[in-house]
Amino acid sequence: MRRFTWFNATSLTLGFAFLYLPMVLLIIYSFNESKLVTVWAGFSTKWYGELLRNEAFLDAAWVTLQVAFVSSTIATVLGTMAAYVMVRAGRFAGRTLFSGMIYAPLVMPEVITGLSLLLLFIGIGLDRGVFTIILAHTTFSMCYVSVVVSSRLVSFDRSLEEAALDLGCSPMQAFRLVTLPIIAPAVISGWLLAFTLSLDDLVIASFTAGPSATTLPIKIWSSIRLGVSPEINALSTLMIAVVAVGVITASIVTKRAALRQQADQRAAERA
Amino acid sequence: MRRATLILVPYLWLLALFLVPFVIVLKISLSDTALAIPPYTPTLDFGAGWQGIRDFFSQLDLENFWFLSTDDLYWKAYLSSVKIAAIATFLTLLAGYPIAYGMANAPDHWRPTLMLLVILPFWTSFLIRVYSWMGILSGEGYLNQFLMWTGLISQPLTILNTPIAVYIGIVYTYLPFMILPIYAALERMDASLLEAAEDLGCSRFKAFWLITIPLSRNGIIAGCFLVFIPTIGEFVIPSLLGGSRTLMIGKVLWEEFFNNRDWPVASAVAVILLLILIVPIILFQRNEQKQREAEG
Repeated sequence: MRRFTWFNATSLTLGFAFLYLPMVLLIIYSFNESKLVTVWAGFSTKWYGELLRNEAFLDAAWVTLQVAFVSSTIATVLGTMAAYVMVRAGRFAGRTLFSGMIYAPLVMPEVITGLSLLLLFIGIGLDRGVFTIILAHTTFSMCYVSVVVSSRLVSFDRSLEEAALDLGCSPMQAFRLVTLPIIAPAVISGWLLAFTLSLDDLVIASFTAGPSATTLPIKIWSSIRLGVSPEINALSTLMIAVVAVGVITASIVTKRAALRQQADQRAAERA
Repeated sequence: MRRATLILVPYLWLLALFLVPFVIVLKISLSDTALAIPPYTPTLDFGAGWQGIRDFFSQLDLENFWFLSTDDLYWKAYLSSVKIAAIATFLTLLAGYPIAYGMANAPDHWRPTLMLLVILPFWTSFLIRVYSWMGILSGEGYLNQFLMWTGLISQPLTILNTPIAVYIGIVYTYLPFMILPIYAALERMDASLLEAAEDLGCSRFKAFWLITIPLSRNGIIAGCFLVFIPTIGEFVIPSLLGGSRTLMIGKVLWEEFFNNRDWPVASAVAVILLLILIVPIILFQRNEQKQREAEG
């Protein structure tokens, strides 16, 4: 049984204090009465009220959610297909190029991805707006999805699929009834990752958005470049709360599922 | 037939929206700025047949790259990006290693919680995490308030809009990328090796230096690349925390494009940035592959 030594306890405490203190301060000062963000003047929730009345922010949030939902869904389909190709398709012409194009966007500076997509959209005369942001986000997030899904596919027992095919399933049925339920956790986490990446993206969206569409990060960006604002603190607090609830729920759900599986296994062994 | 569809759909998507855009960037980096829409020349005119294509190619030149090499703004920006990224990566390693080490040696039932605590900031908006430091580091910010209250300083320190703020921002936002691979390497380590070393007369520090560090080497290398590569092209952190004095190439590219509207020069900056990144990216891929082979 390992125990905390004083060294480990100190480094963990300092490390997590560093990671969480800025966010805690942000949350505390979002309830500050004063417009001067760094001077405490009493508790108030007025900035939340202001935020909810600010239509520009609400519109931007709605656009962002739509873009994130559509792009992450398409990216999940394309990314899962790409993962299948990487793990299962064997050799084909241009395989190296294919895997290069899957991995390159993961490390590509966002300014380059954004610039190159913008030049493409202008080159083919596509009007920039929600549609072009969706295309851009789908492209980089499908690569993340494909990495997540292919790591699950590698460890997947193929004989299960072969058994289904032997028992008369069509390849599509075998995928739907056998493979998909098994890789589902990876597909879902791929979708969540793609969704978060899209919600979060400022740089690529700024290049591909054009004047007609504004996403939440673009709106936040134009307001914080001038300095700290209490409204943005309130907005940040809401976003942090949503993420925290989501991540903690997800971890509890997976833990429960793991415990249930263990219990099932034990029951099966006893029977 | 089905296999072909499966391959072709993602393949064509990536070709059209990843590779072709790069070819366009390359092409525009060889073009000249023009007062037109789009603001560069030449544009390819297929209507003129072969003659049009030949004219098109004959007008491309390396002028923008020549311009980049003569104006020392760009040299300085490239060099300072690499320097800032290298120093920040080292600082992130110094901050991240003890945390990963503490996690790997924590009691078993604590580990899922610690893991969750590292991953949580990862899902939180990057922009907001950088923004949170603006309130801390500014002249009348929380840090200065605290230091003045303790009496350590009598005048507020200038940290925001200096390179120090950029280092803090990078270490803060990229810390999980450093912790996770090192933790993964340390967790796999066999603790009995350390016991053996101590039994054989090694001091704890020597055992750490001779056994723990080399065995976590792959995690350290992976973590360093994961911080170094994206940091070079970073735009948000230098813009929000670095002020006008911090020169980084991602910011230069952005300003060249959005403020100066010089597309050919912005494209040339992007091409060179990509060339600089190719070496670390290839090294990183090789390291990953070696690790996969060692495990498999």
